[in-house]
Amino acid sequence: MSGSAIAFYGIAAFVLITGLLTVTTKKLFRAAIWLLFSLIGIAALYFWMEVEFAAAVQVIVYVGGIVVLIIFSIFLTHQEGINMPSALTKRSIFAGLAVIAAAGYTCLLLLNHYWMKGSDEVFDPSVNKIGHLLVANTAESFVLPFELVSVLLLAAMIGCIVIALKAQPEKK
Amino acid sequence: MSEIPFTHILMLSTALFFIGAFGFLTRRNMIAMLMSLELMLNSVNINFIVFNKYLFPNNIEGVGFTIFIVAIAAAEAAVAIAIIINLFRNTKNIDAENADHLKY
Repeated sequence: MSGSAIAFYGIAAFVLITGLLTVTTKKLFRAAIWLLFSLIGIAALYFWMEVEFAAAVQVIVYVGGIVVLIIFSIFLTHQEGINMPSALTKRSIFAGLAVIAAAGYTCLLLLNHYWMKGSDEVFDPSVNKIGHLLVANTAESFVLPFELVSVLLLAAMIGCIVIALKAQPEKK
Repeated sequence: MSEIPFTHILMLSTALFFIGAFGFLTRRNMIAMLMSLELMLNSVNINFIVFNKYLFPNNIEGVGFTIFIVAIAAAEAAVAIAIIINLFRNTKNIDAENADHLKY
Protein backbone atom coordinates (compact mmCIF):
# COMPACT_ATOMS: atom_id res chain seq x y z
CA MET A 1 0.00 0.00 0.00
CA SER A 2 1.51 3.27 -1.05
CA GLY A 3 1.78 6.44 0.98
CA SER A 4 -1.03 8.05 -0.97
CA ALA A 5 -3.40 5.19 -0.16
CA ILE A 6 -2.44 5.28 3.51
CA ALA A 7 -3.05 9.03 3.53
CA PHE A 8 -6.49 8.56 1.97
CA TYR A 9 -7.64 5.88 4.39
CA GLY A 10 -6.28 7.88 7.33
CA ILE A 11 -8.18 10.98 6.21
CA ALA A 12 -11.33 8.92 5.61
CA ALA A 13 -11.18 7.36 9.08
CA PHE A 14 -10.54 10.78 10.65
CA VAL A 15 -13.49 12.38 8.84
CA LEU A 16 -15.89 9.56 9.65
CA ILE A 17 -14.91 9.25 13.32
CA THR A 18 -15.11 12.98 13.97
CA GLY A 19 -18.39 13.15 12.02
CA LEU A 20 -19.83 10.34 14.11
CA LEU A 21 -18.73 12.09 17.29
CA THR A 22 -20.37 15.29 16.01
CA VAL A 23 -23.76 13.65 15.86
CA THR A 24 -23.46 11.55 19.02
CA THR A 25 -21.65 13.58 21.67
CA LYS A 26 -23.70 14.83 24.58
CA LYS A 27 -22.36 18.35 24.91
CA LEU A 28 -23.20 20.84 22.20
CA PHE A 29 -19.91 22.72 22.33
CA ARG A 30 -17.97 19.49 21.90
CA ALA A 31 -20.14 18.67 18.90
CA ALA A 32 -19.11 21.98 17.36
CA ILE A 33 -15.43 21.22 17.93
CA TRP A 34 -15.78 17.75 16.42
CA LEU A 35 -17.54 19.32 13.45
CA LEU A 36 -14.55 21.65 13.10
CA PHE A 37 -12.18 18.67 12.94
CA SER A 38 -14.41 16.87 10.47
CA LEU A 39 -14.45 19.88 8.15
CA ILE A 40 -10.66 20.18 8.40
CA GLY A 41 -10.46 16.51 7.43
CA ILE A 42 -12.60 17.20 4.38
CA ALA A 43 -10.28 20.07 3.45
CA ALA A 44 -7.38 17.61 3.76
CA LEU A 45 -9.27 15.28 1.41
CA TYR A 46 -9.53 18.11 -1.13
CA PHE A 47 -5.79 18.68 -0.80
CA TRP A 48 -5.27 14.96 -1.31
CA MET A 49 -7.33 15.16 -4.52
CA GLU A 50 -5.19 18.15 -5.57
CA VAL A 51 -8.11 20.57 -5.70
CA GLU A 52 -6.33 23.26 -3.75
CA PHE A 53 -8.84 26.03 -4.42
CA ALA A 54 -11.74 24.00 -3.05
CA ALA A 55 -9.64 23.11 -0.01
CA ALA A 56 -8.86 26.78 0.59
CA VAL A 57 -12.54 27.71 0.23
CA GLN A 58 -13.43 24.91 2.63
CA VAL A 59 -10.99 26.13 5.26
CA ILE A 60 -11.92 29.79 4.88
CA VAL A 61 -15.71 29.54 4.65
CA TYR A 62 -16.51 26.44 6.70
CA VAL A 63 -13.78 26.27 9.31
CA GLY A 64 -13.28 30.01 9.58
CA GLY A 65 -16.83 31.17 9.03
CA ILE A 66 -19.65 28.74 9.67
CA VAL A 67 -18.13 26.93 12.65
CA VAL A 68 -17.29 30.24 14.31
CA LEU A 69 -20.88 31.36 13.65
CA ILE A 70 -22.18 28.14 15.21
CA ILE A 71 -19.92 28.56 18.26
CA PHE A 72 -21.12 32.14 18.71
CA SER A 73 -24.72 31.04 18.55
CA ILE A 74 -24.03 28.27 21.08
CA PHE A 75 -22.67 30.86 23.48
CA LEU A 76 -25.62 33.14 22.82
CA THR A 77 -28.22 30.45 23.47
CA HIS A 78 -26.77 28.00 25.99
CA GLN A 79 -25.25 27.41 29.31
CA GLU A 80 -22.52 25.59 27.48
CA GLY A 81 -21.62 23.12 30.24
CA ILE A 82 -24.94 21.32 30.43
CA ASN A 83 -25.76 18.13 28.58
CA MET A 84 -28.20 18.14 25.73
CA PRO A 85 -31.43 16.18 26.16
CA SER A 86 -30.63 12.68 25.04
CA ALA A 87 -32.22 11.33 21.90
CA LEU A 88 -35.33 9.22 22.26
CA THR A 89 -34.27 5.57 22.32
CA LYS A 90 -36.94 4.38 19.94
CA ARG A 91 -36.21 7.14 17.49
CA SER A 92 -32.47 6.57 17.51
CA ILE A 93 -32.91 2.82 16.99
CA PHE A 94 -35.18 3.30 13.99
CA ALA A 95 -33.09 6.16 12.59
CA GLY A 96 -29.97 4.03 12.96
CA LEU A 97 -31.58 1.08 11.21
CA ALA A 98 -32.88 3.24 8.37
CA VAL A 99 -29.54 4.99 7.95
CA ILE A 100 -27.51 1.77 7.98
CA ALA A 101 -29.88 0.15 5.47
CA ALA A 102 -29.77 3.18 3.16
CA ALA A 103 -25.99 3.50 3.39
CA GLY A 104 -25.50 -0.20 2.74
CA TYR A 105 -27.82 -0.11 -0.24
CA THR A 106 -26.05 2.93 -1.67
CA CYS A 107 -22.65 1.29 -1.25
CA LEU A 108 -23.99 -1.83 -2.96
CA LEU A 109 -25.17 0.27 -5.89
CA LEU A 110 -21.80 2.02 -6.05
CA LEU A 111 -19.90 -1.25 -6.15
CA ASN A 112 -22.14 -2.92 -8.74
CA HIS A 113 -22.56 0.00 -11.08
CA TYR A 114 -20.55 -0.04 -14.26
CA TRP A 115 -18.62 3.22 -14.29
CA MET A 116 -17.66 4.54 -17.65
CA LYS A 117 -14.01 5.05 -18.24
CA GLY A 118 -12.94 8.59 -17.45
CA SER A 119 -10.99 10.40 -20.12
CA ASP A 120 -7.25 10.51 -19.75
CA GLU A 121 -6.86 14.25 -19.82
CA VAL A 122 -5.15 16.00 -16.98
CA PHE A 123 -7.38 17.45 -14.30
CA ASP A 124 -6.35 21.07 -13.86
CA PRO A 125 -8.48 23.00 -11.35
CA SER A 126 -6.28 26.07 -11.25
CA VAL A 127 -7.67 29.33 -9.96
CA ASN A 128 -7.29 30.78 -13.42
CA LYS A 129 -9.61 28.17 -14.94
CA ILE A 130 -12.09 28.41 -12.09
CA GLY A 131 -12.25 32.16 -12.54
CA HIS A 132 -12.90 31.71 -16.25
CA LEU A 133 -15.59 29.16 -15.44
CA LEU A 134 -17.34 31.51 -13.05
CA VAL A 135 -17.14 34.96 -14.60
CA ALA A 136 -15.71 34.77 -18.11
CA ASN A 137 -17.67 36.33 -20.94
CA THR A 138 -18.37 33.05 -22.76
CA ALA A 139 -21.39 30.85 -23.29
CA GLU A 140 -20.02 28.12 -20.99
CA SER A 141 -19.42 30.29 -17.97
CA PHE A 142 -21.67 30.59 -14.93
CA VAL A 143 -22.04 34.36 -14.80
CA LEU A 144 -25.79 34.38 -14.13
CA PRO A 145 -25.66 31.82 -11.27
CA PHE A 146 -22.67 33.67 -9.87
CA GLU A 147 -24.60 36.94 -9.78
CA LEU A 148 -27.65 35.17 -8.37
CA VAL A 149 -25.54 33.74 -5.54
CA SER A 150 -24.18 37.21 -4.85
CA VAL A 151 -27.70 38.62 -4.60
CA LEU A 152 -28.74 35.63 -2.49
CA LEU A 153 -25.90 36.28 -0.05
CA LEU A 154 -26.81 39.95 0.19
CA ALA A 155 -30.47 39.09 0.77
CA ALA A 156 -29.48 36.51 3.38
CA MET A 157 -27.32 39.03 5.24
CA ILE A 158 -30.10 41.64 5.27
CA GLY A 159 -32.61 38.97 6.29
CA CYS A 160 -30.39 37.82 9.17
CA ILE A 161 -30.07 41.37 10.47
CA VAL A 162 -33.82 41.91 10.24
CA ILE A 163 -34.66 38.58 11.89
CA ALA A 164 -32.12 38.77 14.68
CA LEU A 165 -32.69 42.44 15.41
CA LYS A 166 -34.02 43.06 18.88
CA ALA A 167 -37.59 44.34 18.69
CA GLN A 168 -37.82 48.01 19.61
CA PRO A 169 -39.79 48.74 22.75
CA GLU A 170 -43.04 50.47 21.93
CA LYS A 171 -42.85 54.23 22.09
CA LYS A 172 -45.45 55.95 24.20
CA MET B 1 -3.43 8.15 -6.28
CA SER B 2 -4.77 5.99 -9.07
CA GLU B 3 -4.54 2.77 -7.07
CA ILE B 4 -7.50 3.80 -4.93
CA PRO B 5 -10.74 3.05 -6.77
CA PHE B 6 -12.80 6.19 -6.75
CA THR B 7 -15.78 4.25 -5.45
CA HIS B 8 -13.98 4.26 -2.11
CA ILE B 9 -14.12 8.03 -2.02
CA LEU B 10 -17.79 7.84 -2.98
CA MET B 11 -18.36 5.40 -0.16
CA LEU B 12 -16.70 7.84 2.23
CA SER B 13 -19.07 10.57 1.12
CA THR B 14 -22.04 8.18 1.37
CA ALA B 15 -21.10 7.28 4.92
CA LEU B 16 -20.65 10.95 5.81
CA PHE B 17 -24.03 11.82 4.29
CA PHE B 18 -25.83 9.14 6.29
CA ILE B 19 -24.00 10.08 9.48
CA GLY B 20 -25.40 13.57 8.92
CA ALA B 21 -28.85 12.13 8.22
CA PHE B 22 -28.69 10.11 11.44
CA GLY B 23 -27.81 13.23 13.41
CA PHE B 24 -30.60 15.17 11.73
CA LEU B 25 -33.13 12.50 12.66
CA THR B 26 -32.04 11.96 16.25
CA ARG B 27 -30.87 15.35 17.49
CA ARG B 28 -33.44 17.52 19.24
CA ASN B 29 -31.40 20.68 19.57
CA MET B 30 -31.71 22.98 16.57
CA ILE B 31 -28.03 23.96 16.48
CA ALA B 32 -27.03 20.28 16.54
CA MET B 33 -29.44 19.64 13.67
CA LEU B 34 -27.79 22.47 11.76
CA MET B 35 -24.38 20.84 12.30
CA SER B 36 -25.69 17.55 10.88
CA LEU B 37 -26.94 19.48 7.88
CA GLU B 38 -23.44 20.90 7.32
CA LEU B 39 -22.03 17.36 7.28
CA MET B 40 -24.56 16.34 4.62
CA LEU B 41 -23.75 19.37 2.46
CA ASN B 42 -20.05 18.58 2.71
CA SER B 43 -20.54 15.02 1.56
CA VAL B 44 -22.35 16.36 -1.51
CA ASN B 45 -19.39 18.63 -2.19
CA ILE B 46 -17.01 15.68 -2.02
CA ASN B 47 -19.19 13.85 -4.53
CA PHE B 48 -19.13 16.74 -6.99
CA ILE B 49 -15.35 16.97 -6.87
CA VAL B 50 -14.79 13.23 -7.11
CA PHE B 51 -17.02 12.83 -10.16
CA ASN B 52 -15.37 15.83 -11.75
CA LYS B 53 -11.83 14.62 -11.11
CA TYR B 54 -12.18 10.95 -11.98
CA LEU B 55 -14.81 10.86 -14.73
CA PHE B 56 -14.61 14.26 -16.43
CA PRO B 57 -11.10 15.58 -15.85
CA ASN B 58 -11.29 17.83 -18.89
CA ASN B 59 -13.98 20.00 -17.23
CA ILE B 60 -14.02 21.81 -13.91
CA GLU B 61 -17.75 22.37 -13.52
CA GLY B 62 -17.84 20.22 -10.40
CA VAL B 63 -15.44 22.54 -8.60
CA GLY B 64 -17.55 25.53 -9.63
CA PHE B 65 -20.70 23.88 -8.26
CA THR B 66 -18.86 23.08 -5.03
CA ILE B 67 -18.11 26.77 -4.63
CA PHE B 68 -21.76 27.65 -5.26
CA ILE B 69 -22.86 25.09 -2.67
CA VAL B 70 -20.42 26.47 -0.12
CA ALA B 71 -21.75 30.00 -0.66
CA ILE B 72 -25.38 28.87 -0.35
CA ALA B 73 -24.52 26.82 2.75
CA ALA B 74 -23.02 29.93 4.34
CA ALA B 75 -26.19 31.92 3.61
CA GLU B 76 -28.36 29.08 4.92
CA ALA B 77 -26.36 28.73 8.14
CA ALA B 78 -26.51 32.48 8.76
CA VAL B 79 -30.28 32.63 8.27
CA ALA B 80 -30.83 29.51 10.39
CA ILE B 81 -28.77 30.92 13.23
CA ALA B 82 -30.62 34.24 13.08
CA ILE B 83 -33.91 32.34 13.36
CA ILE B 84 -32.58 30.21 16.22
CA ILE B 85 -31.39 33.26 18.16
CA ASN B 86 -34.73 34.98 17.66
CA LEU B 87 -36.56 31.84 18.78
CA PHE B 88 -34.35 31.59 21.85
CA ARG B 89 -35.06 35.19 22.71
CA ASN B 90 -38.79 34.55 22.59
CA THR B 91 -39.06 31.11 24.19
CA LYS B 92 -35.73 30.53 26.05
CA ASN B 93 -35.55 27.12 24.41
CA ILE B 94 -34.23 25.83 21.11
CA ASP B 95 -35.43 22.25 21.14
CA ALA B 96 -37.13 21.41 17.88
CA GLU B 97 -40.00 19.73 19.70
CA ASN B 98 -40.89 22.83 21.70
CA ALA B 99 -41.05 25.08 18.68
CA ASP B 100 -44.69 24.34 17.90
CA HIS B 101 -46.30 27.75 18.34
CA LEU B 102 -47.48 27.84 14.77
CA LYS B 103 -48.98 24.37 14.95
CA TYR B 104 -52.21 24.96 16.85
